[in-house]
Amino acid sequence: MIEIKNIAKTFGDRQVLAGISGTFRPGETSLIIGGSGTGKSVLLKCMIGLVKPDQGEVLYNGRNFLTGDEEVQKEIRREMGVLFQGSALFDSKTVLENVQFPLDMLTETPSAEKEERAMFCLQRVGLEAAAERMPSELSGGMKKRVGIARAIVMNPKYLFCDEPNSGLDPLTSIKIDQLIKEITDEFNITTVVITHDMNSMLEIGEKIMFLYKGLKMWEGDNSTITRSTVPELNEFIYANKLLRDIK
Amino acid sequence: MSHIGKYFIFLGTLFTNREKFRVYYRLVMEECISIGIKSVFIVSIVSTFIGAVTCVQTAYNLVSPLIPLSIIAVIVRDSTILELAPTITSVVLAGKVGSNIASQLGTMRITEQIDALEVIGINSSSYLVLPKMIASMVMFPLLIILAGFLSIWGGYVAGTLTDIITPQDYIYGLRSDFKPFSVTFALIKSVVFAILISSISAYQGYNVRGGALEVGAASTTAVTNSCIAVLAADFLLAQLLL
Repeated sequence: MIEIKNIAKTFGDRQVLAGISGTFRPGETSLIIGGSGTGKSVLLKCMIGLVKPDQGEVLYNGRNFLTGDEEVQKEIRREMGVLFQGSALFDSKTVLENVQFPLDMLTETPSAEKEERAMFCLQRVGLEAAAERMPSELSGGMKKRVGIARAIVMNPKYLFCDEPNSGLDPLTSIKIDQLIKEITDEFNITTVVITHDMNSMLEIGEKIMFLYKGLKMWEGDNSTITRSTVPELNEFIYANKLLRDIK
Repeated sequence: MSHIGKYFIFLGTLFTNREKFRVYYRLVMEECISIGIKSVFIVSIVSTFIGAVTCVQTAYNLVSPLIPLSIIAVIVRDSTILELAPTITSVVLAGKVGSNIASQLGTMRITEQIDALEVIGINSSSYLVLPKMIASMVMFPLLIILAGFLSIWGGYVAGTLTDIITPQDYIYGLRSDFKPFSVTFALIKSVVFAILISSISAYQGYNVRGGALEVGAASTTAVTNSCIAVLAADFLLAQLLL
């Protein structure tokens, strides 16, 4: 379980996050939603240790990630998998080497076992045939799937996905969403997804947190989000004409 | 001034939380190929022509019949070993290697590849930059030795083909009053320049924020700052060691 308590972050004189708290449970796909520039990605970066918040706590099963000693932080990092917005695959490595990379760097497992594990993860995302290809030869959707395979290769307890659907067509987006959901259920992972994709919200949002100008404005799930009375959230959800008409 | 402070802090981060030796060994070998082997062609061309031009221009300036022609070879040798091979080669490498390092790291930064390393607990600066610095420190002296030989050979070819100097006079000049410390001095310079070029370029690339435009700007700044640092260090080392 991940708990965030009173997270605040300011860049210069601009407050990006103002006292965000929340809980994310294992086996549940939690979504953090909001418009561009509302602090979603900064919150994710605070949770994974890429940005240090000005105040607040991030607890992984009760262990404080921000103030814990180096060993605790290292241990938590080993339990994390992150899918970055642009997939962040290493250009100079093949798909298989990319997926195997965390195992190479963090474990002493024999190379045959590492390769086997990496191939299993590639099979899980349906890309075993692309193992020897370079990232530049892959489509956007394939890169995301390789990113997911790399994120799960260490058997993470926590999976973070930063806008997994950005730049993808609706069909591929849904496939990626379903893959994230399946992996979350299958391995009982605590999954946090940053998105502003309506399909994702309705499809996989077992828990949804809505951010607006650095504040948490609403929390619920995909069955209640359409009945929200928060004007900012409604404005966000019904920005699309089709959804407005349906409503 | 804040950049200088940040630069030294950045250098400090290279030596904390390092990876295992075997990881660096493989990366250093890859970087030796990228920085060293792939620079042989440009270094060879530049140094050969510089030697040739030095020989021809020195002969043009020697108008007195009282000065022996072998002095041309002495000038080519000393200017090559003391200055042209280490400094000009390093300026050329600042353009080739420096811009490559800055743009590579800058692209990795803006495409979140550096974040991906950090997230799994790898010290990204040490993992990415230290092998480049070590490879530079190994390959720059070798390239500069090559440049020295080719420059002197270029002078020989130009001088003898244009009848400026006889082969005997040239060889005699090369062997006259040779100070072995000049070679040591050139190698010391090459290591210092390697550290400066690789670290300054890495600092510029590693700290890029923004997009493609900023990567290009960082690459340009890396080359400019590296060249300035090389020339300043060149002066300081000459003052200190000669």
